This record gives sequence, C-alpha cells and structure tokens, in this order.
Amino acid sequence: MHYGFATIYWRDMIRFVRFKTLLVSSLLQPALWLAFFGIAMSSSFDKLITGIPVPPGVHVIGYLTFMGAGIIAMTTLFTSLFGGIVILFDKNWGLMREILASPMNRNHIIFGIGLSGVTKSFIQAIIIMTFGILIGAAFFEGFTTWQVVLGIIGVLAFVGMFALGFLFLSAAIAISMESPEGLQGVITLLTMPIFFASNALYPTDSFPEVLKILSIYNPMTLLITGIRYFAIGPDFMALGMHYQYTWSDILTAYAGLMAFAILTFGLAVWRFRKAVVT
Amino acid sequence: MPETEQEHGDIIISVENLEHSYKGFKAVDGISFAVRRGEIFSFLGPNGAGKSTAINVLITLLAKQKGSASVAGFDVTLDPQKVRESIGIVFQDITLDRDMTVWEILEFHGRLYNMPNEQRRKRIEELLDLVELAGKRDERTKHLSGGMKRRLEIARGLMTRPRVLFLDEPTIGLDPQTRLRMWDYIRGVNNEGTTIFLTTHYMDEADHLSDRISIIDHGRIVITGKPWELKNTLGRDLIYLETNDNDAAVRSLKDHPGIRDVKFKPKGFVLMVNEDGSKVLPIVIETLRNAGIEISTINLKKPSMDDVFVFYTGREFRDEPPTKIPRAGG
Repeated sequence: MHYGFATIYWRDMIRFVRFKTLLVSSLLQPALWLAFFGIAMSSSFDKLITGIPVPPGVHVIGYLTFMGAGIIAMTTLFTSLFGGIVILFDKNWGLMREILASPMNRNHIIFGIGLSGVTKSFIQAIIIMTFGILIGAAFFEGFTTWQVVLGIIGVLAFVGMFALGFLFLSAAIAISMESPEGLQGVITLLTMPIFFASNALYPTDSFPEVLKILSIYNPMTLLITGIRYFAIGPDFMALGMHYQYTWSDILTAYAGLMAFAILTFGLAVWRFRKAVVT
Repeated sequence: MPETEQEHGDIIISVENLEHSYKGFKAVDGISFAVRRGEIFSFLGPNGAGKSTAINVLITLLAKQKGSASVAGFDVTLDPQKVRESIGIVFQDITLDRDMTVWEILEFHGRLYNMPNEQRRKRIEELLDLVELAGKRDERTKHLSGGMKRRLEIARGLMTRPRVLFLDEPTIGLDPQTRLRMWDYIRGVNNEGTTIFLTTHYMDEADHLSDRISIIDHGRIVITGKPWELKNTLGRDLIYLETNDNDAAVRSLKDHPGIRDVKFKPKGFVLMVNEDGSKVLPIVIETLRNAGIEISTINLKKPSMDDVFVFYTGREFRDEPPTKIPRAGG
C-alpha cells in the first residue's frame, strides 16, 4: 500500500503553516466578512422585516445567523477553488517534475491536495461558527449537547464533500493552465455565478425561473441547505420566509454534492493523465 | 572499476533511433547509443541540441515518439513504473521547495518513492554526511548557497539507491571552485557503483568527468568515444598559423607526412599533426621560409575538447540556440 496522498498532504500542510501571512489572512478573512458585511446587513434587514407576521411556534432567526451559513459556504468555495494553485506553482517552478517522475500514482496528488484543502476548510468553518456565535449568530440555539455535536459533524460533512468537489475542479484547471493569472481569471469567472446564484445571502424563491433552476442545482445551494439544517434546525423563519427541511431534502443535497465531487474527480484524473511537465 | 570490466560490462541504458519532435521541429533526430553499467557517460552539446529532450524521454517525463529506449533493463514506454523506480534525477534547474528544510526535502522524496520509515531515515543521515549538509538539516533551502542546493539535489537523487543517476547540466550557474567540488561528489557517487548519465554544455566538464562522451548537435550524435580517443582523432598536436598568404602556405605544407589534415580558420589555418608538434614546428617554419611566405602568428597546442567539438560540428561552439526551442506544453 502506497500512502502517497499522505505525503502530498504533509507537504501542503507544511506550506500552509509556514506561509504566515497566507495562514493569518485565510483565517481572518471569513471573520472579517462576518463582522463587517454580516453586522451591516443584518442591522438593516432585521429592521425591514420586523413588520412581517410570524406563525405561532416558528423559530425566527436574525439575518446574521442566516447569512453566517452563507459565509461558511463562501469561504469554503474560495479556499477550495484556490486550493489547486499550489499545483500550478509546483508546475511552474519545476517542483512537479520530481513528483511526476516518481513511481507514485498521479491520483495521489489529487487526493493529497483534496485532503489538505478539506483540512483548511474545516479550520475555517469552525472559526466562522465560533466567531459568529461570539458576535450574536444563533447557531445551535436551543440544541441539546449531543445535538450540537451532531450538528457540528453534519456541517463539517457537508463542508468536506463540497470542498472536495471544488478542490478536484481546481486541481484539474491548475494542471491544465500555464499561468497563475489565467487560473485567477477562470476562478473569478466561476465564483461569481456560483456565489450569487445561491441561497447564501438571500432566499432564491423569488428568483426569475432560469436563475431559480440554476440555483437549485448549484452545489453552493446544496451546501448551504445542509449547513442551515445542521447549525440552525429543520424548521425556522428568516427574512420573512419559512424554511422547512426534511431528512430526505438533506440526503438529496448530500448526494448531489457527492455526485459533483465524483464528476470533478474524474475530470482531474483525466487532466493529470494528460499532463506533460518537463 | 577495472578497465576490462567497464569494457565488457553490461548495457544499462540502450537507445536506438530515438526521435522526438515538437510541432514539426525535430529536437532529437534519430540518436542511438548505449551506456555501460558503472560508467560516467556524457551528452556534450550546446543549449538546444536536444540533450534535455532525450533525457526527458529516458526519465519518462516525455512520452517516447519514435525509436526504442530502455533504462536498467526496462522499456520506457512499456514499463515506465519500473524505470522510475530504478533511477535518480537531478534536473537542470533547481527544483527545491524554498520553504522546506533540507531534511524535509529528503524525507518528502523518500516518501514519494514509498521507502520504509527506518530505511528512509537511515539513508537521509548517510546522504547528509556524504554531501556535507548534516549541519544544515533544519535550514530552509532558500537560505542555502547554489552549491549546497545542488549537493542537496544530488543527495535527493541518490535517496532510493538508483541504478542510474541522471544529471542534467549539474554545474550550470555554479562558480568554478564549487564546480570542481561537484565533480568530486559526482566521481565519489560513481565510485560507489552508480552509473551516471550526464548532460553538459561545458567542454571541460565532459572532458574531466566522463568515461565516454557523445557529442550531440542539432538533435544528432556526431561522435561517441572516450575523451582521449576523441582528442586523438585530431592528431597529437595542433599548430595554428597566420601568414601573408594562407592558401599558398597550405599548398606547400599539406603533403608533409607528419601533417594529417588542415583546417581553415577566419584569419589563418590549423595543422593537425600526427607526430610530436615541437619536432614538426621547425620543419613547418623552414618550409614556409623557403616558399617565401611570411608568418605573423604561430601557436602549438594539444587538441582540447573545444577543438574536437569544432572539428566535428564544423563551427564554433554556440552558447545560445539560433531559434527558441519550443518546450512541450509551453
């Protein structure tokens, strides 16, 4: 048995902790989003919706809690899409030659990068949840201890699967590209529609039809559905909308993320097989 | 290693009619050669001659297009995995992660090749001693000097006890003193039994280090042989002359039995001499004086690798390729 992916993972984590500015900024950035955008938006949104009647017995959450789930998802999306950039750097600095000339199966590179990306996303998700609770987000409110534990596991399971999907995609793009600028361009192009055609910041119910369909199949929406289910609950009201999730909604969402990850893994395997690095 | 064993030792790299093109440009144009077990074999040629392309095919980074090539008994196309397990590589440019330590570089490499823990750790210590980097083990590679980086890369190439070590331009960019020390390391590694395949565009490097050399130019092997054999093909000595009538001078000298060949230069000509040049020199001077030809410059020397190169490629060594050579994938 060859644990090549563990070797790739080990090296990428060394790099993660050694680049101090990158480490700090990647941990600080989501907290800043929550602090500035979250507090600013929630203070105006919460005022706007105060007049909307609430059905009796429904759990009402503030905007900060609602978009907190979106910020976890957004951070995971950015981190994962940029996760493959190390492959491009390795390629351009000649370091990839050492790996590709070794007997190790190339799929280990994809797995190793995936695993280190997931680790980074886990750290970020936990920081956002902790920081969110500190500034007033109602994550896990009214949960029993073991519901909290289950909730955290659930959130991380969703974050992990989503991260894998986009890390594989990022790896596939990175091994095919020549310049970091090109990669940056492609990634920026991808993040816009994925982020805004999702339920991260607002409900998707009143979207125009085409956008609505897009948002339903958007992995980002699937992830946020999962996070809200596990961190807020199956039944809550936000922005005047009543949200209800069943177990089968959640399982379907997870299956969708898995399908996406399998698809992008296939894409990455194909691109790596084709890659010529001299 | 005794001479006879080298002469009859088995073949560890075998290449027949290898061809490789990039978008219609033939970087390697039908080369054949064999490297014997235990020798230091060099590809000597200018930048863009096709050396790196050939090496990239042998180390399985480039898919072979035409011809056949096997390394350590394994075909590069049919058994690339076995080839990879049998070789060590030092790439042309420094390929070290700047932010990893010396120890981590070797550890990472050992893990890539799936070496068992104990064996890996032991090998790292041995190699750190061999390349005299034990004191730098926790230093990040960006703080190492050029020579230290190269030594670390050689250590890395040796981690898995390869049967063949490929060195692509191992001393490029190093100062003369460091180059001499690198040669010592390379000889030391070879003395321990590792076959070495080297590419270089330094004449002196090929000359001093190799058991055998192939001169490669425009993707073709021009000649192969031991350094002294190659130099001997030019005769024992070279006499360079400039006169007031070079054509007449050559006419009067070329039938002399000691002179095997004449080569014209921009301002003068070179006589390739079979005998001791210092004995031929007075005769040359005498002959020209009798013919009424005035000598302005005269110079006697032993043939060098530069002379060999110029003779077999028909021109001076060019440092830069005339056109940019496209690399695979950009």
